Amino acid sequence: MKGILAVLTVVLLSSAASAVTPQEKLADPALEARAESIGENLRCLVCQNESIEESNADLAHDIRVLLRQRLVAGDTNAQAIQYIVNRYGQFVLLRPPVEPATYVLWYGPGILLVVAALSTLIWLRRRARTDLATAPSPLTEAEQQRLDHLLRETES
Amino acid sequence: MRKLFYLLPLLAFMALVGWFALALRPSYNPQILPSAMINKPAPSFDLAPLNGGGNLSLAGLKGQVALVNFFASWCVPCREEHPILMHLVEQEHVPLYGIDYKDRPEDARRILAQLGDPYRLVGMDPDGVTGLDFGVYGVPETYVIDKTGTIRKRFVGPLTAEALRNELLPLLKLLNAP
Amino acid sequence: MIVEAGHFALILALFVAIAQSVLPLVGAARRNVGWMAVGRSAALTQFALIATAMAALMYAYITSDFTVLNVVQNSHTDKPLLYQITGVWGNHEGSMILWVFMLSLCGALVALFCDNLPAELRARVLAVQGMVGVGFLLFILLTSDPFIRVFPPPPNGEGLNPVLQDPGLAFHPPFLYLGYVGFSVSFAFAVAALIEGRVDPAWARWVRPWALFSWCALTIGIAMGSWWAYYTLGWGGWWYWDPVENASFMPWLVGTALIHSSIVVEKRDTLKSWTVLLAILAFALSLVGTFLVRSGVLTSVHAFASDPRRGVFILLLLIVVIGGSLMLYAIRAPNLKGGGLFAPISREGALVLNNVLLVCGCATVFLGTLYPLFLDAIGGPKLSVGFPFFNRTFVPMMVPLLLAVGAGPLLAWKRGDLAGALQRLWAAFAVALVVIAGCLVVTQGTHVLSLLGIALAVWVFAGAAVEWAERVRLFRGAFADSLTRALHLPRAAYGMTLAHMGVAVTVAGIAASSFAVENIQLVKIGGDIPIAGYTLHLARIEKVPGENFTADQAIIEVRRDGVQIGAMYPERRFFPLQQQTTAETAIRTNFLADLYVALGDPDHGAWTVRAYYKPLVPWIWIGAVIMAFGGMVSLSDRRWRVGVATGARGRMLAQAASGD
Repeated sequence: MKGILAVLTVVLLSSAASAVTPQEKLADPALEARAESIGENLRCLVCQNESIEESNADLAHDIRVLLRQRLVAGDTNAQAIQYIVNRYGQFVLLRPPVEPATYVLWYGPGILLVVAALSTLIWLRRRARTDLATAPSPLTEAEQQRLDHLLRETES
Repeated sequence: MRKLFYLLPLLAFMALVGWFALALRPSYNPQILPSAMINKPAPSFDLAPLNGGGNLSLAGLKGQVALVNFFASWCVPCREEHPILMHLVEQEHVPLYGIDYKDRPEDARRILAQLGDPYRLVGMDPDGVTGLDFGVYGVPETYVIDKTGTIRKRFVGPLTAEALRNELLPLLKLLNAP
Repeated sequence: MIVEAGHFALILALFVAIAQSVLPLVGAARRNVGWMAVGRSAALTQFALIATAMAALMYAYITSDFTVLNVVQNSHTDKPLLYQITGVWGNHEGSMILWVFMLSLCGALVALFCDNLPAELRARVLAVQGMVGVGFLLFILLTSDPFIRVFPPPPNGEGLNPVLQDPGLAFHPPFLYLGYVGFSVSFAFAVAALIEGRVDPAWARWVRPWALFSWCALTIGIAMGSWWAYYTLGWGGWWYWDPVENASFMPWLVGTALIHSSIVVEKRDTLKSWTVLLAILAFALSLVGTFLVRSGVLTSVHAFASDPRRGVFILLLLIVVIGGSLMLYAIRAPNLKGGGLFAPISREGALVLNNVLLVCGCATVFLGTLYPLFLDAIGGPKLSVGFPFFNRTFVPMMVPLLLAVGAGPLLAWKRGDLAGALQRLWAAFAVALVVIAGCLVVTQGTHVLSLLGIALAVWVFAGAAVEWAERVRLFRGAFADSLTRALHLPRAAYGMTLAHMGVAVTVAGIAASSFAVENIQLVKIGGDIPIAGYTLHLARIEKVPGENFTADQAIIEVRRDGVQIGAMYPERRFFPLQQQTTAETAIRTNFLADLYVALGDPDHGAWTVRAYYKPLVPWIWIGAVIMAFGGMVSLSDRRWRVGVATGARGRMLAQAASGD
């Protein structure tokens, strides 16, 4: 019971997990929050799919510090990000920009889902129609008698 | 018509295989990150020298085609490329400058004394600030800077004899042509 | 000598596999009983031979035989025994031996347990398995032979990567590989059915246990990998959309779709060519995953050292196996006649929705994983795709899927009454609303997305409970009557209920991740760090020696309201051989939440302590275990073992199973 209460009371104070050391954190909480949210979208270049906020690597630390310096110097979010992209390239963005080279990436899944859903519906409709079209012809007299005979047999 | 639909998975698979085959060709190396600063002006820097002789600065490099090599005493692959660097300087007479990245001066001096010093001048970058400006993400990295101070190429990882032969030397020849 | 025997056994296994590929296939075409029977004995012999090879390699590791190159590259005399044994598969060559070991194991299981299959089908299935075995054994012997010798033997080896020296290594790869390789059996069934030109409900009844078995193994394997990352990496992340993680997730998604669509084939004799395609796809994705990890085309922490020769070989293998089967599919599948019709709103309809969403989800993961490769290979910019992409594309697809999981099982076959089903689920709605209202009050209107996730989890859980209650007519008659029904429900029904509840538990755990709290501080010895109502007191740091490392161990007392309720011992281990430091986190769980502590770098007598409190995180893996357990309960259903049930018993079982 205590456990459940602890869980419930804690949710008020949540924030994302990070590897930011106490010495790196900026004094101004608003700037620090900006730094963290930008950092979550910047890749640690020497790790696998970790953001610089999450990684313990030296380079991640350096870029975290650099990012905070830029924010303190007065850059907007976009300017700070551009500063880093100028040096490290698009690869540093964990979230690929939406541009012609990445249209397939960003819109592909949605389009695929729509196409799949539509094809399925069309397939279902078509089957229903062919079933009606190819309904078996009614039984002849002889066939009907044979059917009755067989049914009576299995019931006994 | 309906039968064509059944062919779709095979066709999609063949496209996939084509791409994989492209990715398998030897010139493709996913590990290497291309530099974002190619054909852009090199960032300015002014670093205190390791062994005296004046600061290492971008301004000081203007007018010649120079190689800037980021290295460190704690970097194991740097030792691999060391003989190549010596060859570059002694046989090919290439102007080679070093930036000691995130290192202690005593350690760097020791290792250069041990292995030999190919650099005309070595600047110290103890906090990696210049490295960040260049977009360095590991050592060793070597930058080719032309006479106007523009970055023309980056080599990531230790220089190999092959890279020298096929890429570096031809590029230097091109840049040095009047 | 033993190593030579192992090597020889491997080569023999190749020849046996060749025989297993050819003779039963020809025998099935010619109805030659003798040749068909070769399949069974070949499969059993192959397993014995490969087991011998694996044992020989393990022996070389345990005795630190440094004349074997593989042992030199990956082992060391100081390595603890557990890692001497499990380190066999901690590298490329050894893991390939594990792969063919699992492959031959599945072949042997088919030979032993499928006596009730028609002889031709079994012969063809074993032949296809044999062919896959030939491909991989050739791969091993030509490009990745673990038995290569080195002379003179060096005095000691290079040791195992410290990050891999963890009990997780003992379990994660074997389960994962069993899953990957298990799908080769359903693949073999699919190809055999295409060759035969016939897919009937009986085929589905044989295929489903194998798909389910692989799915269970893969579920456990992926969950273990995720848990291992969680407690190893030091900040509590458990999924990165890393290419190799995705490579295991994709076959899992398709495998889930396969299990569900084979139900429709069995019950309603429709969706046949689709199910066959799924069976091919599941194994194809396992193979593509192998290619991605071992060819060097993608960078990943999991990637083994790459050698272009290996990449080319695996690509050729892919072309033959998948290209061949898809070509066979293109030719033969149109002849598979469809059967029962159904209305879009029906149980079949819900299962089709399930399939569409799972396969589109898989395609999304595929796109995200491979897009950077595609773009880079044609000279485009180097991109990076991570969480932000998958959160915006994959996660939304799972929402309608989870909604369907709650309602779908309540729909009737052929033509379902959605309004009626939703009416019966009023209890599920009500519980979900109550939980959300409660959460909203506590979180004061933040974390809306997480709350939606929890609402979905409650919906799925309650939906599964309601469905079970309906089946046993709970509260609708005498309690004794319900009890009798409950006891006689087929195990497959319980399997489904458990598996769906497991999904709910995992989804709740995932949704709750944004509620985690952290506190990272530089703490002096004797200092405190508060987190989530606990106080962590750093009592002292001790030096602890290990077999091949030295560790700094922190003694952290966990206090609540001033009273000590426990202690935690995070460590930093230094491995002198590799000159590497790893962090051992300390986790204290009450299964509702984790208290997670990692030790960072020291700084002039003070230590960086990273403390996290993560509510509901253990549920992610508990849910996966429940899912796998549900799958295994389903597997133990008598009907699979009896095969096609006949007579009065069969009719009764069939009635109970169709849920009326």
